[in-house]
Amino acid sequence: MRNVKISVLSGKGGTGKTTVAVNLAKVIDNSLYADCDVEEPNGYLFLIPDITKEIPVKIKIPEIDYSKCTLCGDCVKACRFGALAHIGKRILVFDHLCHSCGACFEMCPHNAIIEKDKIIGGIRIGKSGSVDFIEGKLNIGEAIGVPILKEIKKIINSYNDKIVVVDSSPGTSCSVINSIDNSDMCILVTEPTPYGFHDLKLAVELVRSMNLPMAVVINKSGDEDEIIEKYCKEQDIDVLMKIPFKKEIAKAYSKGKLLVDFDKEIKDKFKQLSGQVMELIKR
Amino acid sequence: MKQIVILSGKGGTGKTTVATTLSTVVKNKIMADCDVEAPNLDIVLQGEVIKKEDFYGKESAVIDSDECVQCGLCEELCRFDAISGFKVNPLYCEGCGLCMYKCPVGAIRMEYEKTGEVIVSKIKNGEKIVYALLYPGADGSGKLVTEVRKKAVELKGESSYMIIDGMPGVGCPVLASATGTDAALIVTEPTMSGFEDMKRVLSVVEKFKIPSFVCINKWDLNEEVTEKIQNYCRENNITVVGKIDFDEAVVESLKRLKNLSEYKESTAYNQIIDIWNKIENYLKKGDVCV
Ligand code: SF4
Ligand code: SF4
Ligand code: SF4
Ligand code: SF4
Repeated sequence: MRNVKISVLSGKGGTGKTTVAVNLAKVIDNSLYADCDVEEPNGYLFLIPDITKEIPVKIKIPEIDYSKCTLCGDCVKACRFGALAHIGKRILVFDHLCHSCGACFEMCPHNAIIEKDKIIGGIRIGKSGSVDFIEGKLNIGEAIGVPILKEIKKIINSYNDKIVVVDSSPGTSCSVINSIDNSDMCILVTEPTPYGFHDLKLAVELVRSMNLPMAVVINKSGDEDEIIEKYCKEQDIDVLMKIPFKKEIAKAYSKGKLLVDFDKEIKDKFKQLSGQVMELIKR
Repeated sequence: MKQIVILSGKGGTGKTTVATTLSTVVKNKIMADCDVEAPNLDIVLQGEVIKKEDFYGKESAVIDSDECVQCGLCEELCRFDAISGFKVNPLYCEGCGLCMYKCPVGAIRMEYEKTGEVIVSKIKNGEKIVYALLYPGADGSGKLVTEVRKKAVELKGESSYMIIDGMPGVGCPVLASATGTDAALIVTEPTMSGFEDMKRVLSVVEKFKIPSFVCINKWDLNEEVTEKIQNYCRENNITVVGKIDFDEAVVESLKRLKNLSEYKESTAYNQIIDIWNKIENYLKKGDVCV
């Protein structure tokens, strides 16, 4: 059976994306939580999984075989990312700029380039109670998380019949595209402030451009929700849940607690959310 | 001119509140909003846009269907799965050019794609903010960050400071927003995730050999984690320049889209002033008294 994929995203970090994703994963039976925020995966802090497997993620970077290299410089010309330079009698590789595209490898007329592996991060797999857990983590200072996201996708596909909750990368860059594509539903988490509103609009634009279904969850909800609600109505987007703005919630979060474990009312809300999402997907 | 970058490891820690408050506290400066994915500074400072420039950040392959003989080589070679059915999907194309180099009939060309805008706006006191907008789905935020800073340097005039609102995260755009600055102010909050994020961003800043200062926002939300952060900073020789209370005035100011400096009596406002005084002292004399 095919997995169902629910992606949780926000125009920006810090709006409660992880909160929604981990709590949602927790209330769904048979769920798989996938932390695709590879720069700063935080889901593990809340789910505290038992890790059973760690897989390094590698990319290919070029290495020069000087027994063959004539220093013709074709590879330097071919690289559009400035990752190669011809200095003196050497071809230098700046591996943090390398996109692993293979152009230099393909263009070297003397077969003097060897592609070797470089580890850019890793994936951890485990279980937190009934929730299956996957997390990708990019090593600090590495530029491109996409290879890790692609690996995560492959692993997700090796599971059958799961409800996959994807904690997407923040922002609206190409990493987000790679974490949310093929989603059956995108949940956009926002805050009822002018900033939150601004970031939400960007996220909506992105999800629209990918032709994916979406719904909104308002975090830190209060008496200003109207700016979000009005917009969602105009855009015909459902607002599925509101998480109230309470100091206790912020406190529980700060301690790494799951909201559904400490507040009955919120647990019910998340259950309701999961029901609604599944309804919308079936439709 | 001294450049100070404000970082946070992650969004939502109050970085923008600190940045916008500094916009009224620090005199004679230019501001650069390097959070190119979701620029917020100008929203609250409500500047008047005085200049917009298109930003062509990325090359993308384009196949000329009249020339293409449908040999399929490009699709096979592209490592980013950006080509299918003899068409390039610009969302996935990295612009590496490999397909263009290899197409046997020269049917592929590279075109610069407009991926964003660099915008200059003027705020009430006459000072300028430079910020950018990266189109959703576009990549290359590192380059755009560099562009924003370049523009800000160009327009700095007689400014004594450049305040840079950095990119959240720890990736390459963060490096681009912190390179060559004189000090980094890291805004963190006392949550377990905030603490982890702070450690990661500190390890990035460390590479630049610039002094980093930490301020703990909403510190009273969790005194235990605050304590942990302080201990960690002490052990690693990083100065905690201040703690900011969980203050209703901040919530109010965010909601009403007002600058925190309009709440002159609020503790948070005065704590931020205090933080700035310490940083300025450091920048002028090379030491902080805490
Ligand atoms: S293209 Fe090949 S032979 Fe020429 S400089 Fe590069 S590695 Fe050496
Ligand atoms: S693989 Fe691509 S990006 Fe890396 S050095 Fe070669 S041409 Fe440049
Ligand atoms: S390599 Fe050139 S000719 Fe072959 S399919 Fe691609 S564009 Fe067409
Ligand atoms: S330029 Fe590179 S990434 Fe883009 S389609 Fe061609 S081979 Fe693929």
